[in-house]
Amino acid sequence: MAESYVEHEVSHPALQHHFENLEQQREAGTLGMWVFLVTEIMFFGGMFLAYTLYRSKFPAAFAIASNHLDIKLGAINTAVLIFSSFTMAMAVYNTQVGKRRAQIISLVLTIVLGLGFLGIKAVEYYQKYEDHLIPGSLIPGNPFNPDPHEMHLTPGGSMQHVQMFYWIYFAMTGMHALHMIIGVGLLSFLLYFSVKGRYSPEYHNPVEVIGLYWHFVDIVWIFLFPLLYLLGRHTGGH
Amino acid sequence: MEEFIPPLPSRINYINAEYGLKSWLLTRDHKRIALLYLGSITFFFFIGGVYAMLIRLELLTPQGDLLQSTTYNKVFTQHGIIMVFFFLIPSIPATLGNFLVPMMIGAKDLAFPRINLLSWYIYMLGGGVTIYALLAGGVDTGWTFYTPFSTTFSNSYVVATGLGIFINGFSSILTGLNFIVTIHTMRAPGMTWFRLPLFIWAHYATSLVMILGTPVIAITILLLAFERLAHIGIFDPAVGGDPVLFQHLFWFYSHPAVYIMILPSMGVVSELIANFSRKNIFGYSFVAFSSLAIAVFGFLVWGHHLFVSSQSLYAGMIFSFLSFAVAVPSAIKVFNWTATLYKGSISFDTPMLYALGFIGLFTIGGMTGLFLATLGVNVHVTDTYFIVAHFHYIMVGGAIFGYLGGLHYWWPKISGRMYPDGWGRFSALLIFAGFNLTFFPQFVAGYLGMPRRYHAYPPEFQVFNVLSTAGASILAVGYLIPAVYLVWSMRYGKVAPGNPWHLPGLEWRTQSPPPTENFDYTPVVTWEAYEFAPPEEMEVVGKYHDQTAEKV
Amino acid sequence: MSEHIVPVKVYISIFLALMVGTAVTVLAAFQNFPGALNVIVAMTIAVVKATLVVLYFMHVRYSARLIWVIVASALFWMGILFALTFSDYWTRCWLGCT
Repeated sequence: MAESYVEHEVSHPALQHHFENLEQQREAGTLGMWVFLVTEIMFFGGMFLAYTLYRSKFPAAFAIASNHLDIKLGAINTAVLIFSSFTMAMAVYNTQVGKRRAQIISLVLTIVLGLGFLGIKAVEYYQKYEDHLIPGSLIPGNPFNPDPHEMHLTPGGSMQHVQMFYWIYFAMTGMHALHMIIGVGLLSFLLYFSVKGRYSPEYHNPVEVIGLYWHFVDIVWIFLFPLLYLLGRHTGGH
Repeated sequence: MEEFIPPLPSRINYINAEYGLKSWLLTRDHKRIALLYLGSITFFFFIGGVYAMLIRLELLTPQGDLLQSTTYNKVFTQHGIIMVFFFLIPSIPATLGNFLVPMMIGAKDLAFPRINLLSWYIYMLGGGVTIYALLAGGVDTGWTFYTPFSTTFSNSYVVATGLGIFINGFSSILTGLNFIVTIHTMRAPGMTWFRLPLFIWAHYATSLVMILGTPVIAITILLLAFERLAHIGIFDPAVGGDPVLFQHLFWFYSHPAVYIMILPSMGVVSELIANFSRKNIFGYSFVAFSSLAIAVFGFLVWGHHLFVSSQSLYAGMIFSFLSFAVAVPSAIKVFNWTATLYKGSISFDTPMLYALGFIGLFTIGGMTGLFLATLGVNVHVTDTYFIVAHFHYIMVGGAIFGYLGGLHYWWPKISGRMYPDGWGRFSALLIFAGFNLTFFPQFVAGYLGMPRRYHAYPPEFQVFNVLSTAGASILAVGYLIPAVYLVWSMRYGKVAPGNPWHLPGLEWRTQSPPPTENFDYTPVVTWEAYEFAPPEEMEVVGKYHDQTAEKV
Repeated sequence: MSEHIVPVKVYISIFLALMVGTAVTVLAAFQNFPGALNVIVAMTIAVVKATLVVLYFMHVRYSARLIWVIVASALFWMGILFALTFSDYWTRCWLGCT
């Protein structure tokens, strides 16, 4: 049994010592990211469960609270994020076909769009801060205390349940934003090395794997947007 | 067996490949990381053990005399947290699993060596934060952190402890991720899925539970911490929240977590039973798939922890039924192990004693689990010592017996030295006796109505508690003996040959201790798992490597 | 698991489809559909959008069966979490609530 079985190809500088070849390394990297995304799904799953439960318990309060979110900014942000997913896909494509300039441009665009999303999110958060909609005593000195008149609080909707909605909103979008920040960090890392010319049609697993992560973050938002911003509009929003 | 004692291993292996603290702290070798884990979990095991001793001493007398009730609350909470999150969950996967998964499948390392090292640092960070919480004042919520006590009323360090567990969760996730990817992509040529040792199947199933369950406890603890810090109310009934939601989320992870503890142990026991009976395992594919079945069914039963928590009775019925269902794959394993023993040439080496102990104790633990899955009986024994006895039979009698058995079995491979066999057998028997004396009386006391988590109790339960404390003292001695002789054997033990047990597994077909890349060449597997050749031939397999060892 | 390069045309069509989906879901949200139809429409559009991202941007359509299994198992376990938790909440008042 002590014989060399697998032909070692001429070793690529990016090949790690414990893999037989780049194909195996690539397969492991991609599989690893997918398995990681499974854990991410379960992580967000806990919050989606809480959302579903309380929305079914307090539909009126949740509709009122949801209608108070800024649907324009939400929709723009959805478009921004989808666009960034597209540029990310293009970054992978351009690496695969070896167009380095286009690869760098796609990565820069993705980063800019990601930052744009975070900027718009910050504006939204600031509006909520101004309206005293940050739940609990999360911000010291600015407890949850919205103007009931401005919230159009109708019978059946209690302010406590409105607060529950806002906590779920901040927990989910905050966790999503944290993932975006990590994603932008990873993309900057990619950009640095692609400027240095590390990625090529033979070796581009990092681009691909971080791309998977970025698309996943996009998918989370694809669900968050209708769940948080849209449900309840038909009951008469702004 | 002819004694084969070469001079001290002159050959380069993973231990003497590099020296110095840095070579250990920055290592990416899965075997060295396994040893880092081994040291750290042993440390946490002894901390948890000290708390266990305090509990048993307090309960020696019916009066609450040694500890105040508030201190006692902290002691049992911290015993649970340390033992569950920092010893039992990483125990076998992070040490034996880390060491053996790549070796058994013929790989040079895990798929992501750097992530593997990172997981150890995360574990140490989580452990450090938890130790800080304990030193700062401790936590008294019970290891289950039930709301609203943990969010609103407890005056202890809930957030810091929660943070420690949250951080530690990532270490568990990364270990699981690494195993899954490694088993899928790094198998040696010829190592098909059905040639994998059952230890690997068990670790694959464990990893599934780790990656699917752990994220849920992570988010739950995060929400709990925010709730406590900012008084927001997702679990607080005073503002419309539902504390039972916390219990659902908590047990969605924490029940399957029991299978994180027991599945690797079952994997070890499958190895031990087949190898020390020198027989192919009875019903290989049944044992392999029952591991996966346990991993899946384990996620369907969490509601049996909520029978008396105002969960719907109908949901209780569903969960009760599903809990009975999970007994089926567990029973398949026990029956197949027993059938493997039949007409085997059994040798009662130390690891085998632990394996046989495991079968008996796990059966008792599992059967009493069925009592608890029964709605009516559950109401009778909820929050009594019956529960405590039940889960200690699984976690100590199951998980720790498997762990100790595996540690002895692979010790020659890990350290390159044999442990002293007489002491090994003696301490195995001592642990078995001490364990039963500790926990069997608790079944009786619990059934008669002694509640758990109280520091004082009615005098009629004293006899059971005295027995239990006596047993715990024996158990403590039983744990100390291996700790001493294993350390002793690292320097003074007989030098172990490559294949001391004459077994066919891949990990035995390389020198002891293995070289950094495990094998000199990528091995090609042409045999089935547990395919025993006549003993003379197996001896050759081992000798071959020891002789090449000398040549180099 | 050989690599498949998805043509740019496909990426552009998927991108446009996602944008259209976003517009449709916003417009649909303001229509007052009967019953729970608003939720169903919104969730259906979200699921379709997510599926497009998974299949094309994340290349699952061209990936090994193992990746399909992983995606499916994640959804399956989410299903367990939801189904068994709601088996409690939905039936809690069958015996009457106070």
